[in-house]
Amino acid sequence: MLARSQIFLLVALGVSLGVSAFSRGFNPYFLDIAVTCGINITLAVSLNLINGFTGQFSLGHAGFMAIGAYTAAMITTTLGQKLLPLVGGQTWILFPLALYAGGLSASIAGLLVGVPSLRLKGDYLAIVTLGFGEIIRVIIQNIDVVGGARGLTGIPDYATLFWTFGLAAITVYTVWALVHSTYGRGFIAVNDDEIAAEAMGINATRYKITAFVVGAFFAGLAGGVYAHFKQYIAPQGFGFDRSIEIVVMVILGGMGNNLGVIIAAVLLTILTESLRKFGDYRMIVYSLMIIILMITRPQGLFTWRGRKRKPA
Amino acid sequence: MARQETEARLTMAALLELNQVTIRFGGLTAVSELTTQVGDRELVGLIGPNGAGKTTVFNLITGVYQPTSGAITFGGKSIVGRKPYQITGCRIARTFQNIRLFPSLTVFDNVRVAFHLHVKHDAVHSLTRFRTFHSEEKQIAEQTMELLEIFNLGKFRDEPAKSLPYGNQRCLEIVRALATKPKLLLLDEPAAGMNPTEKMELTKLIRFIKDKFQIAVLLVEHDMQVVMGICERIAVLDYGVKIAEGTPTEVRANPKVIEAYLGEEAVKHA
Repeated sequence: MLARSQIFLLVALGVSLGVSAFSRGFNPYFLDIAVTCGINITLAVSLNLINGFTGQFSLGHAGFMAIGAYTAAMITTTLGQKLLPLVGGQTWILFPLALYAGGLSASIAGLLVGVPSLRLKGDYLAIVTLGFGEIIRVIIQNIDVVGGARGLTGIPDYATLFWTFGLAAITVYTVWALVHSTYGRGFIAVNDDEIAAEAMGINATRYKITAFVVGAFFAGLAGGVYAHFKQYIAPQGFGFDRSIEIVVMVILGGMGNNLGVIIAAVLLTILTESLRKFGDYRMIVYSLMIIILMITRPQGLFTWRGRKRKPA
Repeated sequence: MARQETEARLTMAALLELNQVTIRFGGLTAVSELTTQVGDRELVGLIGPNGAGKTTVFNLITGVYQPTSGAITFGGKSIVGRKPYQITGCRIARTFQNIRLFPSLTVFDNVRVAFHLHVKHDAVHSLTRFRTFHSEEKQIAEQTMELLEIFNLGKFRDEPAKSLPYGNQRCLEIVRALATKPKLLLLDEPAAGMNPTEKMELTKLIRFIKDKFQIAVLLVEHDMQVVMGICERIAVLDYGVKIAEGTPTEVRANPKVIEAYLGEEAVKHA
C-alpha cells in the first residue's frame, strides 16, 4: 500500500514526464523560466529543511549547488564518452548517476559544514556558512581543469522538464515526509527549543547534521540539473547573491512552510525575469522586498498566524 | 569496605545517588560535596533559599553541567559525562523552571516528539512509509492521546502549545516529560507563578503522577506548602551545602534550617 503522499509523488513524476514529452514544441524562453522555477523549488525546499524546519541559518546553499553542478558536469563532459558505452549509450542512465554523484559530494560538504553548526548558533553559523560558500566559489575559480573563472562549457543538455520537476517533486516529498513523522518532529523541536529537545532525549546534533546533509544533497542535485540545462556553468553563478536569493525564497514563503516556499520560489523566479530590465538594480529591489517583508510579515507571506499544523 | 557500602545502598533500592558532588564555576563553589539519594518511587524535595544551588543540582543530574568532582549514579551506573539527551535515555526526565515547551508545535506534537526515544523508525522509515511505520505512528498517536486525556489536555490537541493558559502549559510540560517514560522525574519549581488553588491542584497532580506511573520524583521548590505537603523526604541546601535532610517534620524542626531558610515563618508559627 502506498501512502497518500507517495501517490502524490508518483502523480507529480508522471505529470512532469508527460509534459516533458511535449516540451520540444514549447517556446524556449518559457521553457527556460519553467526549468529555473523547478530548480529554484528544489533549492528553496531543501534549504527550508535547514533554515526553516531545523532553524540553522545557512547562507551557503549556492556552495552546495556549485559542488553538485561541477561534479555532475565533470562526469558527463570528461568521463561521459568513456562511461556512456558502459550504460549502453543511454543518457537517461548516465545522467541520474552523474547527478547522484554531484548530490553525494555536496552532502559530504554538508557534513563538513554541519559539524561547526554544533557549536555555532544564529548569526555565527550564518557567517561560517557564508564563508564556506565563498571558499567553494574561490576554489573552483582557481582550478583550471574545471575551467577556472572562464567556466565550464560543452556540458550536454540532458536536463529536461522531467528531470527538473521530477527532482523538485522528490525534494518536496522527502522534506515533507521527513518532517511529518514522530522522528521528524524532532527537527522542529530542535528549532523551537534546543535545550528542551535535548531534555526530551533528542540528539540535536544529529538532527542538525541530518538537515545539513539532506539539504546539501538536494542542492547538489539541483546544481547538476542546472548545469545540464544551461550547458555552461561559471563560479560567478554560485556566489553569495545566489545563496541570498534562495534564502529570500524561504523567508518569503515562510520558514518551515513547504507550500509557501514553493509558491515563493515560483513567484521570485518570475519576478527576477520581469525585473531583468532593471539589470543590476535587481538586488536593490530584492533587499527592499526583504526589509518590507520583515516589517510587515515576519512569519512569511504564505504563513497565517494560528494556522494549525495537521498531525501526520 | 567502600564496595560493601555501595552494595548495601543498592539493596536499599537507591535509584539516584549523588556522592560528594561538587561543582565550581571559577572561584564560586555552587554545589559543595553534596551527598544524597532518591529511592525508587520516592518523592524527595530539594529546598533552599534563592541561589542555594538547587537548579544547579538539576543541571548536574541531567548532564547540562559536569561535576568538578564526585559521582552521580542512576540505577547503579554512573551517568557523569553523559549528554543531556543520553541522560533522558537513561530514564531521567525533567521540567524547567521557566517553561520550555516547543511553542510552535501543537500540544499533540509536543508530547509525540517526546516518544521519540521509544520510536524504532528513523529518517529512512519516514521516507519509505511502509506499513510498520504507519502502525507505529498510530500506536504513538494513541499513547499520546491517552496521556493527554489523563491530564485533561485532550481538548487542546491541535492548539499550538504557546496558546495554552499558564497552568496548562506547566501541566503539558510534565506530560511531555512523562512521555519519555522516566523512572525519575525532576520537577524544577513547578509551583512557580501559581495561585493557591493551582498549587493545591499541582500537589494533587504530583501525588497522582507518582502513584499512577510508579516513578520517583525529585522536586525543587520554593513553596513550603507544596513541599511539606507531599514530600516523603526533604534535603535542604544553603550556599551549595546540604545543611539538613529528613522527613518534613524533622526538617521543619531543624534549627539550621530555621536559621537559613524557614526563619521568619517558623518563628511566626511557634
